[in-house]
This record gives sequence, structure tokens and C-alpha cells, in this order.
Amino acid sequence: MDTIVSKHIPSPSGGGQGGGPRAEGGMVAPGAAPTPTLPQGGRGQSLLSRGGWAAFLVALVVVCAVAPVLNLLVPATSAFHLSDYAVSLLGKIMCYAICALAMDLIWGYTGILSLGHGLFFALGGYVMGMYLMRQIGREGNYHSDLPDFMVFLDWKELPWHWALSDSFAATVLLVLLVPGLLAFVFGFFAFRSRIKGVYFSIITQALTYAAMLLFFRNETGFGGNNGFTDFKRILGHAIATPGMRMLLFVTTGLTLLGFVLFSRWLVTAKFGRVLQAVRDGESRLMFCGYKPVHYKLTIWVISAMMCGVAGALYVPQVGIINPGEMSPANSIEIAVWAAVGGRGTLLGPIVGAFLVNGAKSWLTVTAPEFWLYFLGALFIAVTLFMPRGIVGLLRRKGERA
Amino acid sequence: MTPLLMELGAERVSQHTESGGRAAGYARPALAGEVDLTHGRILYLEDVSVSFDGFKAINRLSLDIAPGELRCIIGPNGAGKTTMMDIITGKTRPDAGTVFFGSTIDLLRHDEAEIAQLGIGRKFQKPTVFEQLTVFENLELALKTDKGVRASMFFRLRSEQGDRLAEVLRTIHLAGSEHRLAGTLSHGQKQWLEIGMLLMQDPKLLLLDEPVAGMTDEETARTAELFLSLKGRHSLVVVEHDMSFIRSISDIVTVLCDGAVLAQGTLAQVQADERVIEVYLGR
Repeated sequence: MDTIVSKHIPSPSGGGQGGGPRAEGGMVAPGAAPTPTLPQGGRGQSLLSRGGWAAFLVALVVVCAVAPVLNLLVPATSAFHLSDYAVSLLGKIMCYAICALAMDLIWGYTGILSLGHGLFFALGGYVMGMYLMRQIGREGNYHSDLPDFMVFLDWKELPWHWALSDSFAATVLLVLLVPGLLAFVFGFFAFRSRIKGVYFSIITQALTYAAMLLFFRNETGFGGNNGFTDFKRILGHAIATPGMRMLLFVTTGLTLLGFVLFSRWLVTAKFGRVLQAVRDGESRLMFCGYKPVHYKLTIWVISAMMCGVAGALYVPQVGIINPGEMSPANSIEIAVWAAVGGRGTLLGPIVGAFLVNGAKSWLTVTAPEFWLYFLGALFIAVTLFMPRGIVGLLRRKGERA
Repeated sequence: MTPLLMELGAERVSQHTESGGRAAGYARPALAGEVDLTHGRILYLEDVSVSFDGFKAINRLSLDIAPGELRCIIGPNGAGKTTMMDIITGKTRPDAGTVFFGSTIDLLRHDEAEIAQLGIGRKFQKPTVFEQLTVFENLELALKTDKGVRASMFFRLRSEQGDRLAEVLRTIHLAGSEHRLAGTLSHGQKQWLEIGMLLMQDPKLLLLDEPVAGMTDEETARTAELFLSLKGRHSLVVVEHDMSFIRSISDIVTVLCDGAVLAQGTLAQVQADERVIEVYLGR
């Protein structure tokens, strides 16, 4: 605006906001229209409502205090005792909930359905698995410095990509970097080529499938179809003790809560509204001067890294990682959790992950043959009757009441 | 560029604006990112052609718009009006020809987002607002500011930006509705919201594709008033079919037909032109 305005309006304010009061002021008499109530503080929405903060604190206390006390201090005979099985199940589901949250950012808010999040989850898991394999030391079946499967394959030294696997710090970094880098390279080409919608979903699915086939091979150095298991220690401490199990549980819970806050920060910022605009009108957004590719790439990489962290927390708790984690069904399940709970709500996908996986662990015990039918029926029912998921339904009821 | 032509350019600037053409200098250095208007043209299309599967949507079209001008473009369906806007805003690449913004910025070297950042705003034929966002959020998205990823993460609305937003809300008669979802607005209100988004973007050149389609007579009259108030400070290119609307705002009217300029002049002149009557107005 500067050139035109500064030429014609000798305005003392410098004419930065070029339309000028005259342009609009001419339309309506001042004071004729109601004064708009604009959000104060500039950021639009607060990070969490008061109720939200209360719920957050309750969750924090449950994870850090209630669960450890009920599991470790309350005797097993008591009705309030939290069993080890329940701890490991909940820990596992919290990892899934992180994936569902990551899915919500990319699918619910940005409208990009990824069927490849299982890959990022598995990659994070594999990085952690490599570290845990090195922690076994010489206690494996073959009493060698090398992991058992390498001895079995008659390898003499560690392959190059195992170089950093004995350092925990490097492992933590790689848990973020490996999924992040893959997502960046893949996303860069996919988004730059303006691949959208179902085509993007199919390509992510194909990528995951290709990675699974690659990891199934023995030559790639990831233990083939057996993957990694028989973990003994983490950071020098035995991994299969109640204390370590609880520590992993608490770490997972804190990570989940941290990610909830981080995601909430992202979507309440203008950044989040740009993501929604990418979802609802990408071309319109370009004519507003935004470059959607940058936004899509950013949230895609963030989402992939969150999945990687979830995978890294998952592996020590379940004690195994194999290429089965990259199977197409796993990635689709993440999308199902998000859809069942309610896309674009952050809370919904977490609820969805707990409900679906709770139902899964219950049904696969009581009626294992029906689980897949149940999952299919659930997905159809949600799509037909609750397009905004459980949380969407509850919110609508709340608004009506 | 000879001194004579430059003087002619300066004269054009002075015709449409109040500056008297003082800024037209002989040895002004061109600044990067600044739109050079000293030659009296803010938009300049020359010999632009584009064809889709052999169909020539734009056929050696040449057109230029002066700073501060309000230009109306009319023409029968399929004349290439929307395609022309697609070319200017970077959505469509022409097969041949040049498109300049000012005298120095070659628009064919920029993508949609960059062109919008340079100062060309566009309103689509079908109102496109972000329906899941509120009126306020729609305007905030369009606000002229750094549109990079990091800037958006840490963006806070400054008070003068808030004032500007409130002012635009009043201008588009949506004050009081700022927290409504844009999807719940009526068609005419969506049109206004999109015009409001253009105002927030504060572009130098506004391209408006059928801005009063679906508006009531009263809304149309207010739109005409708004456009006339923008003229002079902004350059406007308005594509419209509504003849009474054009009569109320027009300066110079360009008639497009089969992807090229058929006639140009005041509305009365083009309405008297036999070729125009033949293809468009008469029947």
C-alpha cells in the first residue's frame, strides 16, 4: 500500500494500514453499528478453559500419584489394587492415544488423512529397540557383543546404522529425527506436487507397506520378522521390575499430557486456524498470501515425531517390536480411534483410543472371533450416525441442554 | 522508455489520482518489492494467450489498468473473464504473453501466495470463506502481516490491527456477528465477508469476480458505494453482469469476447458499439 497511500494521503500515521479511515468511514455513520467485541489478549483462545485445567490437573495426579500408589503400595489382595496387567495395558493405550492425538493434528485439523502413521510409530519403536538390544550386552543366548540375530546371521560387526545405538542420548534424538526426517522428505515431495486427498492416503499406505517389506528382510539389519525382543535393561536398570514398569507408565502419561498441551497451543494459535483453513479452502488460503505447503509440511513432521515418541515409549513396555507394527491395519486403526472419538477436538481421539483399545482387549479375550466384526461395525456406525465422533456428539448434546 | 512516454505515464497517474504525478521521476531507482507506478500502469497484460485442450480461453489479450482506476469488465459467458483473473493471480500459467504488476514486477515469476503478498487481492465468483471459522477468524487470517509458519505460531493481534479489524467489521455490516461461524452467514453476507477479507489484506489491486451476485438491491447499492470509496486509493477490476451496478460505478468499461478485448470506453460508448450489441448486450 505504501506507494499509493503515502503519495495521496498525508496521513500522520504513515498510511501503513492503507485503506484508511476514510475508505470505510464513508460507508456508515460512526457509532451506527454495534461495536464488535474482539477477543482480548490477541491470541484468540486461551490454552485451556478453567474446566480444562481442572481436568488436566486431575489427569496429572492420577498418572503421577494415584496409579503408582494403587499399583505399588496397595496390597494385591485389596479391591483397590491396580494389577500389573492393567498398568501395562493402560501404558500401552496411552502410547496409542499419543498416536491418535498426532493423527488429529494432521487429519482432524488439517484434513490430510495419513495411513502411514504406523510407520512413524514403528520407526520410533525400532530406534528404541536398537538401544534396548545393545543394553542386553553379553547376556544374550550367544554371549556375544552383537545382538543374537546378528550372531545367528553370522555377522562379525555391527552394521553402520547401529553406530549410535549404545547411547541413550543419541537414541532420544533419533527417536525424533528418524520419523521427522522421513516425514519431511516424503512430505516435501508429496505436498510440493500438490498430492491431496485419497491419493495422499494411498501413497502413505504404500510407503508403510514398502517399509514393512524392507524390515522383514534379514539383510536390512533389523532382526527380520522376529524384530527385537528379550530386552533386559534400560539405562542400566532391569526392565521387567514393577518399579520400572511404573516409571515407564508415568513417563508415558506425562508425555501424553505434555503433547496435549503442546497440541492445544498449536491449534489455539493462529497457526491452528491456518491449518483449518488448509482443510476447508486451500486455494482460497493461497490467495490470502499463505503458502499451504509450509504449513502442511510443518504439522506433518510434528505429527510424525509425536508418533515416533509414542513408539519409543511403547517398545520397552510391551517388550517387543517387529515389522508387524507397520502392517497397513495398524495405521488404519489409528485413523479409526480418531474418527470414533471425534476429529478436530484433540480430546476426542484420546477418548477414542482408550475406548476402542479397551473394547479390543476385553473382546479379544471374551469373544476373539468377533473383534474385527465389532471394529468394522463400530467404524460404520460412527461414520453414519456420529460424523463428529463421540466427543462431537456429547458437545452437541451439551449445547442443546 | 522515452521522456515523452514517461510524461504521458505521469499524466495518467495524475488523471486517476490526486498526486499530480509528482512521483513520476526520470531516474528513480526501482526498489525490490515496491510496485513501480511511475509509468501510470498498475497492471499490464500484453499478448496473453492460454488454451485448454485446444480451446483458446484467452487469445492475445492486452489490457492495462491505471493506479486508482476502477475498471469494469463485461462479456458473455466463456469470454475469458475468470481465466484472465486466474492468470493475474498465478492460478493459471499463460502459454504466451507478459503480465506485469507495476512496471517492474513480472507476475509470471511468482506463485499465488507471493502474488497475494505483493498486493493483489481476489474475490471469487462463488463466495469462498472459511466456513468452519468465525467471521473474526476469517478476517484475522486475511490480515496483512507476516504469513510464515513461525509468525503464525506466535501471532498476537496488536491493538491497531484489532482496531482495523473492528473497522472492517463495521464496513461490511457484520459487527455483532464476529463470533458467528462463517458457514452460517447468508449468501450476501458471505460476499461481504469476502470483500472484508480483501480489505484486511489491504491490496493495491483488487480483482472482484461478480461481487454483487446474490445480493439484494440494497446490498448492491452499498457495495457500489464501497467500491467508489476505494477507488483512487486502490485499483479495482470488477467483473460483473449486473448492468445497473456497472452503471453506478463505472468509469471505463472493457468488453471481453472470445478471450480478447472487443471494445473499451465509457458504458454509453460500449453500449452503442454494434459489435458489442451483437455479441452481448442487444438481445
